[in-house]
Amino acid sequence: MIRGLPRRPAALAGLVFLLAEIAAAALAPVLPLSPALSGNIADARRGPSLAHWLGTDQLGRDTLSRLIWGARPTLLDTAEAVAVALVLGIAAGVAAGFAGGRTDRTLVAVSDVIMAMPGMVMLLVVLSIFATHMGYAMVALGVLLTGPFMRVIRGATVAVRRELYIDAARMAGLPERLIMARHVIPRIRGTILVQGSLLAGMALLLSTAVAYLGFGTQPPNPSWGLMIGDGAQIMGSSPALIVAAGGATGLTVITLGLLGDGLRDIDTERWGIPRRRPPKRPRRPRSRGASVTQGGPSMGVDDSSMPFDLLRIEDLSVAYGAREVVSGVSCHLRYGETLGVVGESGSGKTAIARAVLGVLNGGTVTGGQIVLDGRDITDIAGYTPDQRASLRTGYIAQEPHASLDPTWRVGSLIAESVRRHRGVSRAEARRITIGLLAQVHLRDPETVARKHPHELSGGMAQRVAIARALACQPKLLIADEPTTALDVTVQAAILDLLREIQADTGMGILLITHDWGVVADICDRAVVLRDGQIAEKGTVTELYHRARHDYTRELLAANPALLS
Amino acid sequence: MRRLILRRLGIGVVLVVVASAVTFVLIALVPGNAAQTILGASATPAQVAQLARELGLDRPLWAQYASWLGHALRGDLGTSLVSPQPVTATLDADLSVTLPLTIGAVGTSLVVGATLGTLAAVRGGAVARLIDLAAMAGLALPSFWIGLVLMELVAVKLRWLPATGFVALGASPLEWLRSLILPIATLAAGGVAAVARQTRDSVDDVLRQEFVTALRADGIPARQVLLGHTLRNAAIPVIAVSGTQFVAALGGAVVIENVFALPGLGSTVVQAATDHDLPLIMGAAVYFCVLVVIASLLVDVAYSLINPKVRLT
Repeated sequence: MIRGLPRRPAALAGLVFLLAEIAAAALAPVLPLSPALSGNIADARRGPSLAHWLGTDQLGRDTLSRLIWGARPTLLDTAEAVAVALVLGIAAGVAAGFAGGRTDRTLVAVSDVIMAMPGMVMLLVVLSIFATHMGYAMVALGVLLTGPFMRVIRGATVAVRRELYIDAARMAGLPERLIMARHVIPRIRGTILVQGSLLAGMALLLSTAVAYLGFGTQPPNPSWGLMIGDGAQIMGSSPALIVAAGGATGLTVITLGLLGDGLRDIDTERWGIPRRRPPKRPRRPRSRGASVTQGGPSMGVDDSSMPFDLLRIEDLSVAYGAREVVSGVSCHLRYGETLGVVGESGSGKTAIARAVLGVLNGGTVTGGQIVLDGRDITDIAGYTPDQRASLRTGYIAQEPHASLDPTWRVGSLIAESVRRHRGVSRAEARRITIGLLAQVHLRDPETVARKHPHELSGGMAQRVAIARALACQPKLLIADEPTTALDVTVQAAILDLLREIQADTGMGILLITHDWGVVADICDRAVVLRDGQIAEKGTVTELYHRARHDYTRELLAANPALLS
Repeated sequence: MRRLILRRLGIGVVLVVVASAVTFVLIALVPGNAAQTILGASATPAQVAQLARELGLDRPLWAQYASWLGHALRGDLGTSLVSPQPVTATLDADLSVTLPLTIGAVGTSLVVGATLGTLAAVRGGAVARLIDLAAMAGLALPSFWIGLVLMELVAVKLRWLPATGFVALGASPLEWLRSLILPIATLAAGGVAAVARQTRDSVDDVLRQEFVTALRADGIPARQVLLGHTLRNAAIPVIAVSGTQFVAALGGAVVIENVFALPGLGSTVVQAATDHDLPLIMGAAVYFCVLVVIASLLVDVAYSLINPKVRLT
């Protein structure tokens, strides 16, 4: 992990600073420092100068020298507490996470008790018993820090335990202790390093506080906590001392944090999913004339774009940063019609839906035009909420639960949209909401309205999402994989519902899917997307019976039942 | 809801008993004993042994603890070794300082921290970097350092507020507030930083969720998306850690009360530790534990109110 550090300057700087600090503290006896315990009273309360780089305290003692000598007890105390917390925390965390069951419950209960104890008071209890021996207090501090630390280690272990190579090692008959030592601990050492640096920061702050209160190192010997106390007394005439002592403490904690952040990032890179580079694609010359034929052979009169289309997308390109996910796509949707946008995941179909909704979340429309109901909405991403609301576009997402605010009751969630779009009173919105819930065939709409989304099944939640989408009396309904997350029987019912509503209201549906069964069931026409471009388009019948593009045939072959 | 409260209270009772037992055992490790402390260094061994017998210190440890617990349950935590005051009287008086201090600090942490964190998440850019920087400083600097510097600047240089001391609420409400402002600000500094970070991550997280996209696509005004939906969801993990904030504030109060010379639980516990006044330390440990238990109970109730997923249990 250390090898990854040179690419992270902040973390590297942190490490260098810490090592320099530890080296200076260790080498204090041989460094050419001014005496730490005595000074010339005539030089008292000075600011930084050539003779005293960080100034002097009230007795004329050199601040830099005292900081370095003071680092010795300060850092040693911290190291001791961290060492105790690391040993106990790793042992207990790995044991709890790996063994599970009763061991786990017991250890977690113990850590609960430790976390709820007033740490500072327990520390003072120990100090009241061993007043000048910080050692015992630091062991106690280590134990207190074990509580939260052990929980993080346990969590990391539980995640690792589920991995296959651990099962393999078990089946190979390796003893559990060996599996923990050889396979689990190395795997979670990133977590250990990150948490360890956070722990060290906390331990340092607490040990300085205890030193400031007068426990541990006694004057005239220096420690950072005592030096802050000294600095406070002369702050009015000479602020250099308190700034230097506070700065040393603060900088050390910050560098520990930077180091922890850096190690975490390196660790994520190492074990996490490697960052995928976008496939290099030759850039298509961007000219409007050429793009009409881009989508492959045009298919007869039926497919031609008309001026009275509900939605017309022409030569649309969408990019996330430098990566183009949609390239020159043209298609159109007539009033009362359902257009399927079909393709594998990553083919750019969701990006098209989001471009029409104006919620690309980091992506931008880089070319082309989107016309909804005769209105150019290409730059919808910059629309005000009022402008958006006036478009009357409903949206249904794949995961019904993820698309409903979990903290709101279903009825309030729909009523919010009703009031927004219809400008009615609260009571009227309530009445309309119940009507909408009934319209999507939810039995007992009054009861459903009072529930929270998590109390509903997937199918019911999707019906609620549809009811909410209907609140704006949509002209266009955009459904992004509306049935993918649902059971097969529920899927058919949801499609029936969409068809029924369409027949009632005459809305157009833009349906994003990877499922040819859904296309066959509900769509009039479809476009087939591949790598952000249109591979083929036409009526559903045409696509099924005369698939001209190899890619479409491949996709269809993946659903053999549909070919019969 | 009632089951939740009863369960937490049960855990709390166990916790107080365990913590007091741990303290009791630790105290039993003291070289010498309470009798020695009371009589001072000049006492003869015979005198010490005599008093130890009177105090019951020659009995087995569990018996001593059982009798302490028996008295504690009747509200008797013994008498201080240094002053003739009953422990409970001293500690009850301390509460009138420590409670407003810690409650004020946690309240400030939550309000200011959540505001800054939300601002950082929503605004981004320079505002976010500035808030990040301030949060880093707030977490890295020792709280007593912040307190000492604030005292020098605001109280000594500018003379806006008193530097140290405490005025009872009954004596003068205005002076009471003025004597608490600096300690509360000091104690809240770390908490504000921690809550700001937590809130920022949490709001970032919620803003990426599908339902926020759906609301924006629906043309719900940005204010409503933020205040009505995002913050409500983002508050769930923030409230979950606010219990930790209270525990941290109690620990911090021990140091901060000493910095500002406030006569609260923290000052008492440090003085008791210096004096080896074990009954008082024991009592203080119990008071702190009880406060922690009450705070985590309140947090759990707040949590279940805002998070519908746990409201039923």
